[in-house]
Amino acid sequence: MKFLVGLLTFLAVIVGVFAFLNLSWLALLGVLVLLALWMLLTRRGRQAASVTGIGVSTLPQRLGSSAVIVVGIAGVVGVLVAMLAMANGFRETLARTGSNDTVIVMRGASASEVSSVLGHDATVVIAQAPGIAKDDQGRPIASPELVVAANLPMMGGDPEEDFGSVQVRGIGDMAWELRRNATIIEGRKFTPGMRELVAGKGAQRQFQGLEVGHEVKLGNQLWTVVGIFESDDAMESELWGDAGVVGPTYRPNGGNSRTSVFARLTGADAFDAFKAALVSDPRLQVDVDTTLNYFSKQSEGTSKAITVIGMVVGTIMAIGAVFGALNTMFAAVATRAREIATLRAIGFRGLPVVIAIMLETMLLALLGGVLGGFIAWLIFNGYTASTLAAGSTGQLTFELSVAPAVLWTGIKWALAIGFIGGLYPALRAARMPVTTALRES
Amino acid sequence: MKYLHLIWAALFRRKTRTILTLLSIIMAFLLFGMLDAVRISFAEAGQSANGAERLQTGARLSFIQTLPKSLTEKIAAVPGVKDVAFANWFGGAYQDPHNQVFTFAVSDNYLDVYPEVIVSAEDRKAFADDLNGILAGEMLIKKYGWKIGDTIPLQSQIFPNQEGSKNWSFKLVGVMSSKDGRAFQSGMIILHWKKFDETTPYNQGEVGWYVSRVTDVNQADRIARDIDALSANSDHETKTQTEQAATRNWIKQMADIGLIVTSIMGAVFFTLVLLTGNTMMQAVRERTNELAVLKTMGFSNHKVLGLVLGESVLLLLLGGAIGLALVSVIGAALPAMSGGMINNTHVGISSWVVGIALATGIGLLIGALPATRAMRINIVDALAGR
Repeated sequence: MKFLVGLLTFLAVIVGVFAFLNLSWLALLGVLVLLALWMLLTRRGRQAASVTGIGVSTLPQRLGSSAVIVVGIAGVVGVLVAMLAMANGFRETLARTGSNDTVIVMRGASASEVSSVLGHDATVVIAQAPGIAKDDQGRPIASPELVVAANLPMMGGDPEEDFGSVQVRGIGDMAWELRRNATIIEGRKFTPGMRELVAGKGAQRQFQGLEVGHEVKLGNQLWTVVGIFESDDAMESELWGDAGVVGPTYRPNGGNSRTSVFARLTGADAFDAFKAALVSDPRLQVDVDTTLNYFSKQSEGTSKAITVIGMVVGTIMAIGAVFGALNTMFAAVATRAREIATLRAIGFRGLPVVIAIMLETMLLALLGGVLGGFIAWLIFNGYTASTLAAGSTGQLTFELSVAPAVLWTGIKWALAIGFIGGLYPALRAARMPVTTALRES
Repeated sequence: MKYLHLIWAALFRRKTRTILTLLSIIMAFLLFGMLDAVRISFAEAGQSANGAERLQTGARLSFIQTLPKSLTEKIAAVPGVKDVAFANWFGGAYQDPHNQVFTFAVSDNYLDVYPEVIVSAEDRKAFADDLNGILAGEMLIKKYGWKIGDTIPLQSQIFPNQEGSKNWSFKLVGVMSSKDGRAFQSGMIILHWKKFDETTPYNQGEVGWYVSRVTDVNQADRIARDIDALSANSDHETKTQTEQAATRNWIKQMADIGLIVTSIMGAVFFTLVLLTGNTMMQAVRERTNELAVLKTMGFSNHKVLGLVLGESVLLLLLGGAIGLALVSVIGAALPAMSGGMINNTHVGISSWVVGIALATGIGLLIGALPATRAMRINIVDALAGR
């Protein structure tokens, strides 16, 4: 019977914790307000508040064992937040690359830009589609682009052996008009028709020799880096050159073909008409998508994988931390057994005692969560990482982003650990027979 | 050894506390075992005995560039090269364009350079006889429930066939397997390069990369340089690496696995030291009396020190051993969960050695303070409860 009750409580706790982890902050605020009201307005509530007060005021005497809960949970939250920040930073970087009113057109059923091919005729047809915005001179803001890859020596590696892949984008004039967020921060733009490149800030950090005025070797050709650009998105990991020069280098027989066409629409609402026009055009066989959608989809797999790894590692650590918290709180309850028994002997009910011990544990857990989140933020916010992303052919650099939502998840995990860690000791304290506890030394 | 019983009794004096602490330690070492298995499986990728004698030659410009097929004979003529095979990226997807299935279009002798890939003699013959045939890895066949003789529709993400459609269809004629599924071919499809080259207008006598075997592993570097010299200053310069170096390079570009694993484990063990350290302090504080009695009975200071240290080391070793043993149990599910990325699931000898060294080290570290305290107990004060 006792075992059954224990099992049922355990199952209820697990379900409760999952529900809690999916709770929005608004709902949690509601729970907090209810708890505060209960503590202020009802007799039992006031009892609970005063017992909590006693427990919290004795915390400094149990500094060492209380620190176990705080540090244990800080460790879990720190690792979890760091992993989630990585997934989040990756997702944000790619999401920033796209927008609702710019579109990407690729050959049908191409998984990514690099596997797409569009002939010269197709790119001309696409640029004339309805819904594309016009620049000051009345030209459509459409940019046929060619995405290829190049091997360059990685930063900090052997320049002859440690090659990494960088995405090279052949662009035309319109690309700058299309991506107004890309600005040259050093040097100048490349001159059309020349073997000149501008390098993204992220690529510069990743590879050797991407300095203004330096020459880099792509295959057996020397290209001059003439500028560094900054765009604060995934494009920053690329090298840009004139499509008319990049094309023949990579495709000796088809230098005029491109991989994709990017275009700015007159507005997000123009997308449906634009897409319908291209899909129904018998001269074309293309897929049309907003860039926001396209780039977000590229980040899906990788960010999901990082999140899952973070969750698995976090869960294992959290279980360890729960045992640590249980240990500490069982010890705390044992040392305060007489105190608690006295309270109950003079008329305090079980519930206030349970609530008080739970609140104490969760307070320590909250402290640990905040500490862990803060440390993770301190170390990892803005930390640069890179990966060979799915759908891209080059290293993608991104910054870890400890967003409020990520911190919030960390805090919620901390509270959940504190909840489980406090529940069983609290129940034991409430169930302890008053007489035995009073007699215990 | 004769005090083991005493240490054991001291350890389980407070069952709840010891078991809870033990569970924390088990979780920490479970995580250590799993992460170490992941780290090793990435670190050892491409480090097989067969892999050591293989060289990979790709375009220097980038991995998406192709090379002329005419290099085959030239590479084969380089002294020290046993045989040369080549392959092309096909970019296959099954059912859904996003459901990628690794597919290579390969030369006829491709399987010869991968002796660890097991293909039955009939299957090999069936593959050789049927230009439209494909061989699929055992993992794929199990995953999709294919049978020999099935027609498999594959969508290429890059290459159209002669009708301009990217929907190809092939006949499954055989299975590729390998011991423990360790060869990457167990999870992919190969088709005839000849068929690929004839069918798609996008490829005219081009190959993606060469794989060559060398007769003497010690000469691999020299041979790699010789192969690259064949096309130096041409418009298709090559870069030749051992399979091991190439794989390592790829993994390094994906993520710095070692750094991630080390940082996580750092956080885990730091927390663990604090947690178990606190338990040990508690345990000694509670037993001040008993320790004083032991001393009264004639246990020397050093013996008491040893007893407490032994207790904490035993606690850690127990937790560490159970944790690592658990990894081997859970580990069996890992390859399926990671989609074949992680194939090293058992905890190797090296992980056990590192794990046990860690457990001992942490045990000594956290035992040091309480043990010195126990050693310095003044019998009179302790017994008087001062």
